[in-house]
Amino acid sequence: MNAADAQAARESGFLQIRGLLKRFGGITAVNALDMTVRDGDVHGLIGPNGSGKTTTLNIISGLYRVDGGSITFDGTELVGRPAHAIARLGVARTFQNIRLFAQLGALENVMIGRHVRTRVGFLGAMLPFGAPAREERATREYAYDLLTFVGLERMAGKVARSLPYGDQRRLEIARALASEPRLLLLDEPAAGMNPTETDALVTLLRRIRDRGTTLLLIEHDMNLVMTVCDRITVLNFGQHIAEGTAAEIARNPDVITAYLGGAIDAA
Amino acid sequence: MSRRRWLGLAVLLIVLLCVPLVVHSDYLLNVADIAGIYAIAVLGLGILLGFAGQLSLAQAAFFGIGAYASGYMTVHWGWPVLPSMAVATVFSGLIGLGLGWPCLRLSGHYLALATIGFGIITQLVLINWTSVTNGSDGMTGIPPPSIGPFTLATYGQYYYLVLASLALCAYVAWRIKSTRPGRALQAIRENELAASATGIDPTRYKIVAFVLAGAYAGLAGSLLAHSIKFLSPDSYSFDQSVIFLVMLIVGGSGSIGGAVLGAVLLTFLPEALRPLKTSYIMVYGAAVIAMIIFMPRGLAGLLSAALGRDAATAARPLANPAQPAEAKGA
Repeated sequence: MNAADAQAARESGFLQIRGLLKRFGGITAVNALDMTVRDGDVHGLIGPNGSGKTTTLNIISGLYRVDGGSITFDGTELVGRPAHAIARLGVARTFQNIRLFAQLGALENVMIGRHVRTRVGFLGAMLPFGAPAREERATREYAYDLLTFVGLERMAGKVARSLPYGDQRRLEIARALASEPRLLLLDEPAAGMNPTETDALVTLLRRIRDRGTTLLLIEHDMNLVMTVCDRITVLNFGQHIAEGTAAEIARNPDVITAYLGGAIDAA
Repeated sequence: MSRRRWLGLAVLLIVLLCVPLVVHSDYLLNVADIAGIYAIAVLGLGILLGFAGQLSLAQAAFFGIGAYASGYMTVHWGWPVLPSMAVATVFSGLIGLGLGWPCLRLSGHYLALATIGFGIITQLVLINWTSVTNGSDGMTGIPPPSIGPFTLATYGQYYYLVLASLALCAYVAWRIKSTRPGRALQAIRENELAASATGIDPTRYKIVAFVLAGAYAGLAGSLLAHSIKFLSPDSYSFDQSVIFLVMLIVGGSGSIGGAVLGAVLLTFLPEALRPLKTSYIMVYGAAVIAMIIFMPRGLAGLLSAALGRDAATAARPLANPAQPAEAKGA
């Protein structure tokens, strides 16, 4: 592939959502949504409460079935695949209401995140030496390195439930990174964090992107969104109302209307 | 595991190996055999409930299936005992697959109810399929196992077969728990949604857990069949499933040592309460309630807390000059 082709592939979208439709009873949560995420970007997904952001993320990661539309990830159709198969394709995520394996250790949580990159099954597990034991050691080391990467190495032996809130969020990120995802979905990663933690998160998100992982994040902290996102998609009532760079979004009249409710004259 | 734990385990094994050399009471050895057999069934439930978080109240049904399968093969087909036991174990595991598959969409109370239903159906089959099970009259003439020319005729000899089976089952459970498949099971228990978003296929792992639970109970049942040599359907009732569950909870549901301890304790406890005659069940029930209230993490939790405290107090004298040990040294 030459440089021009690579550029074209990048522009055409790493994650491409077309005509996505999701209803809950009589409510249309996502309504004919089109959206494109480019390879290597930090892509923000913003919008007022109830605009369908989390629903979209849940659909991408296979937790919801859709009522229509398509999602291609690096050329592969995701719609109709179960969540675990989508994870195997290289899509990892965190949750808005943290979903850790609460009673297990921090290190174990990250080791579980490594599931799709490891192989030992029930039979292999019987061998306490040889290849299965080597894989186990490698998994442990990889998980420990990731804990260090997110700054939680001192928490390795702690039960996940006992970690402070901000640490739990970072642990979830480490668990997601353990699968070496090509696309990482983050649902409000800064929620409940203090300004210091949020600053550290910005640095962490950039370092994750620099490792070659594309990020799609939902966030209400506009400061964070404007700082880290290369591109932003704005939703309202399940529909795409704007897409562009932070600067473009900030002066888009539709976005201002959606957020402030009603037209305002440009001052 | 730490070196200390290995050492403790080795000592425990040696002590257990010596039991028949020291204890000569057939009665006590029989109870010990039963305790070990129950421990295997409880370990299987531990994989399903303790690791994977799936509540089954059908463990006694698989116990019965294993017992009758092994009994039938030896009595009616004249098969040697040990291969029959192996086949009965596999057979029970396959039935576990048959139960696990349709139950996959169920969880919590609904799963528990479905497994209760399966247990009741199994017991009715054992009672009414008289051409195979001999119904309520029970299956008799079940032979003891033999290894080459050597027959395990006494409870003391049988003890070693039970101990070896239990050790194998505990080893398998321990390996699963401390490796990738065991982590996947625990992830499903902790948060199934997050587990699947992590790439774990909950369906596959839950089915394997059902199969293992069935196989463990089947092995335990076949061991029972060739120990007591007589099978009657009322030993494989819903009550027995509840007893297995109580043994696991009292022991500590996620713990391998706990499952074994719970089974052993609650097998010997009724025997110890025998002098109380009919009122024993009241005391037994009260004791179980007390254990669940005062040891929410089971015997395993209590023990690890006690051992942890021991380690802490052992370290303290070095830092505290007021300790007598220090004073003596000075």
